Amino acid sequence: MITEVISRVRRGGPDKPEPGMADLLESWHIDMWLLLLLAAVAGAGMFVIYSASGHSIPAVVNQAERFLLGLFVMAVVAQAPPEFYRMLAPWLYGLTLLLLLLVDVIGDHAMGAQRWLDLGFIRFQPSELMKLAMPMTLAAFLHHRRLPPRPLTLLGALVILGVPTVLIMIQPDLGTSMLVIAAGGFTLFFAGLQWRWILGALAAVGAAAPILWERLHDYQRKRILTLLDPESDPLGAGYHITQSKIAIGSGGLFGKGWLEGTQAKLDFLPEAHTDFIFAVFAEELGMISVLVLLAVYLCIVGRCLWIAVRAQDSFQRLLAGALGMTFFIYVFINIGMVIGLLPVVGVPLPLFSFGGTSMVSLLAGFGMLMSIHTHRKLLAN
Amino acid sequence: MALGSIKNLHREREAFLARALFGTFFCLALTGILIARLFDLQVLQSAYFQSRANDNRMRVMPVAPVRGLIYDRHGALLAQNKPAFMLEVVPEQVKEMDALLERLSSVVQLTEQDIARFKDRVRKTPRYRPVPLRNNLTMEELARYELDRYDFRGVDVSAGLTRNYPLGASGAHIIGYVGGISEKELSEAPENTYEGLSLVGKTGVEKSHEDTLRGKSGAKIIEANAYGRPLRELDYRRGYPGRNLYLSIDSKVQLVAEQALGELDGAVVAIDPRSGEVLALVSKPGFDPHLFIEGIDTKTYKALSSDPKRPLFNRALQGTYPPGSTVKPAMAMAGLEYGVVTPEDGVYCRGEMTLPGSSRKYRCHKRTGHGFQDMVGGVMRSCDIYFYELAIKLGIDRMHDSMTRLGLGHKTEVDLPLENAGLFPSREWKLRRRKEQWYPGETLSIGIGQGYTLTTPLQLAQMTARIAMRGKGFKPHVVYATQDAITREVTRVPPEPLEAIELKDNHNWQRVIDAMVDVAHAPGGTATRIGRDSPYRIAAKTGTAQVAAMRQDEKKARSLESTPLHLRDHALFVAFAPAEDPKIAVAVIAEHAGHGGAVAAPIGRQVMDMYLLGEVRYNPGAPAPATSVAPAAAGGHVHSEDLED
Repeated sequence: MITEVISRVRRGGPDKPEPGMADLLESWHIDMWLLLLLAAVAGAGMFVIYSASGHSIPAVVNQAERFLLGLFVMAVVAQAPPEFYRMLAPWLYGLTLLLLLLVDVIGDHAMGAQRWLDLGFIRFQPSELMKLAMPMTLAAFLHHRRLPPRPLTLLGALVILGVPTVLIMIQPDLGTSMLVIAAGGFTLFFAGLQWRWILGALAAVGAAAPILWERLHDYQRKRILTLLDPESDPLGAGYHITQSKIAIGSGGLFGKGWLEGTQAKLDFLPEAHTDFIFAVFAEELGMISVLVLLAVYLCIVGRCLWIAVRAQDSFQRLLAGALGMTFFIYVFINIGMVIGLLPVVGVPLPLFSFGGTSMVSLLAGFGMLMSIHTHRKLLAN
Repeated sequence: MALGSIKNLHREREAFLARALFGTFFCLALTGILIARLFDLQVLQSAYFQSRANDNRMRVMPVAPVRGLIYDRHGALLAQNKPAFMLEVVPEQVKEMDALLERLSSVVQLTEQDIARFKDRVRKTPRYRPVPLRNNLTMEELARYELDRYDFRGVDVSAGLTRNYPLGASGAHIIGYVGGISEKELSEAPENTYEGLSLVGKTGVEKSHEDTLRGKSGAKIIEANAYGRPLRELDYRRGYPGRNLYLSIDSKVQLVAEQALGELDGAVVAIDPRSGEVLALVSKPGFDPHLFIEGIDTKTYKALSSDPKRPLFNRALQGTYPPGSTVKPAMAMAGLEYGVVTPEDGVYCRGEMTLPGSSRKYRCHKRTGHGFQDMVGGVMRSCDIYFYELAIKLGIDRMHDSMTRLGLGHKTEVDLPLENAGLFPSREWKLRRRKEQWYPGETLSIGIGQGYTLTTPLQLAQMTARIAMRGKGFKPHVVYATQDAITREVTRVPPEPLEAIELKDNHNWQRVIDAMVDVAHAPGGTATRIGRDSPYRIAAKTGTAQVAAMRQDEKKARSLESTPLHLRDHALFVAFAPAEDPKIAVAVIAEHAGHGGAVAAPIGRQVMDMYLLGEVRYNPGAPAPATSVAPAAAGGHVHSEDLED
């Protein structure tokens, strides 16, 4: 079966470009399927934001504006050919690294962590930019090199990966540093990193876990402990998880109905329209809708991997694959934390949660995916 | 392309494809984990989480039932509910109590007394229950509080009802009062009994009929948000108001009794002998029941409870006094019943007597002696010598038996709390409690209602009522009827008959009653001053109970004025009227007030007047001549003696 898929990919796949709308969009370097899927998620998100924010129209408008801005950035990004991003990668990486250093020195504090950089006209998290810069830079770094990477190449890649990760970790922002590691890790994974290295790295992380535990901040440790037994501290750290589980569980198969979720409406669920929006969605619309949402997310990831598979050079392949997988990891970490499988880290549900710089950077990433996909075709033609 | 030359593009692509497939499976596997968990939460445990969600949002807000009203037998209001805005604090929700009180005092007026009382109550109340801080907020205070209410976490204003007693101190001993529920009361009551309630009957009818007055708590199921703010009502569970009580008390009679007692300490009890209904029950001094409703502070409470006059003490059923001569009619009846005397048998009173083989003198209150006295004369003139002789003939055992049958020495089981059983001694009792045998001399003291004998005014009234009813009797009670507060349906509390006392010769009742009538109406009777102008015939007996023993060598009876107050005799009086058709039986005790005939009898007369005639017609007229002072004989000590005028 696998060989069949492989042969199909070699032939160029069964999906011949659809005529009409898709063609038109493609000529503007926009991938219709991705666009529709992304819009579906963001649109559904806005409905839930309306409910979770206590019927706030401004919140929905704000989110819509951000989504449109993101789409604009995506469209602009999609116009440039992938080669441009390969050239841009080291510069972007260097700039982001510089900004991260700046943040550690002069950044704003929020929730006890130094993450924000106030540039006067815009306040943003450079670590967010690193989520994009990391797979780009690694993909560009590996582009000319023989793959699977030899030890020396791997060492270089680890340096590229390690420096910003450490800078983000000391902010401290464990969640984002993990996501940056994931972005870089998937790039290496798609580069064909040997399984022995992968397993070795996982084993090393396992062995280093106790040491890492020692170095965690109290609130970070508390989140992990709370995950193991949220009811042990129902009014303190376990409150989020407990209330979130109540919201999701009480939604049942079909949900309580849109705007009818009591957990969010009555303020039992904190951060209902941001990080914990999935709980509101599950409470109000039930498991059936949750499955549909998961399916849409999987389709997005699938489309990304499809684009990667059909990409024409290493850089494009690695970048597309890594972006797709990282996107999935966002989804998994957010839902995992909301349903009490993972510790509470500040990862929003991509395109769905209210606010954050993540919307724009995510869509910028999709812009690059579209660039990869559409420019390939232009080249092929 | 130096590096590119060693790249195998084809193989790389193949390798990537394998990794992409692996990535796909990786995503599907993780998604599978999410779905499995979601299935667990949303399908398998859904019912559990639904109930958790409901527990989160639903609050049961108890709705306090309206406490039953208390009326007198004619419908005069004795206890009512008054709307009041109360500032309450839930101690559990307050971090810094002192700081909170400090801030609150800038909004509402808080006296030191309020705060002291509050702190007192906080200690006695479970921490999750609201504790009243200030009652009866003014509208202005209410408005100021509402403006800043979000600064006062754990504080709330409850619009509720508080108890009010229109008669104030009058009748406080019967009606009692309500007060804050203590931890003990809460733990002893069945669960949810006091949901939403903050007051519970503490004494009097309020306590003894608490279950009837309280009603049943209802509840509102409301939806509240995470901050506990109620948003909407989801459901309502109806409660039921407490039943109204109609007391058998006649407020007018009660008031007359109270006024007649005046500044004296003591008690008056009036009973309808035909039903056992208590018509009046006064204990003096009284107290203001309102002091307790808002929760009395320790200082005021200490002052009240350590007052030597004991205003909180209900003398009518907690106070025990030597009955003195008031037991003589019953003693006479015991003598007739056991056949130890006939009505005509007499005794010659020389003012004192001795027992054979003893030099100890037993004196009559009349030191010069009454001369020959038969049964009627003995009762009428209250001749002690006659009853000493009778006591000797009866012996302690028979006296104990017959007095106990008339209700002395055990509780009347009136529907009021804290009743005292009093004491009527017996050989067995003395052996058990005093580890001593019974001495013949003690029998004599018992014969004139002194010695160990202790009775409550209620017992005396009940004893008189039973004589009036010729042995029939009813359990005394103060609640006459109850009323459903909604349907207004009235249910009578039926009189509870006691086992009738059957005499071998029922004429003996009449003989004793006739002697009692002579007390009030025959010349020489000890209560003629109240019988003289009475439009109805009274059967009575006076008594003067000695508080301090008179020394054997005292030559003269002490004059009232020369005796320190706390050593002065108690004045007693029992009566029923009309003698031929008894409608009221009274017992009066005036502490340290001197002679029964002079002090207690007029009080009793006024009470009977009010009940029988609807007005007080008694006119004291000219005061009776001063008691003749008889020279006393020397001898051993007499620890109890009756002095009659």
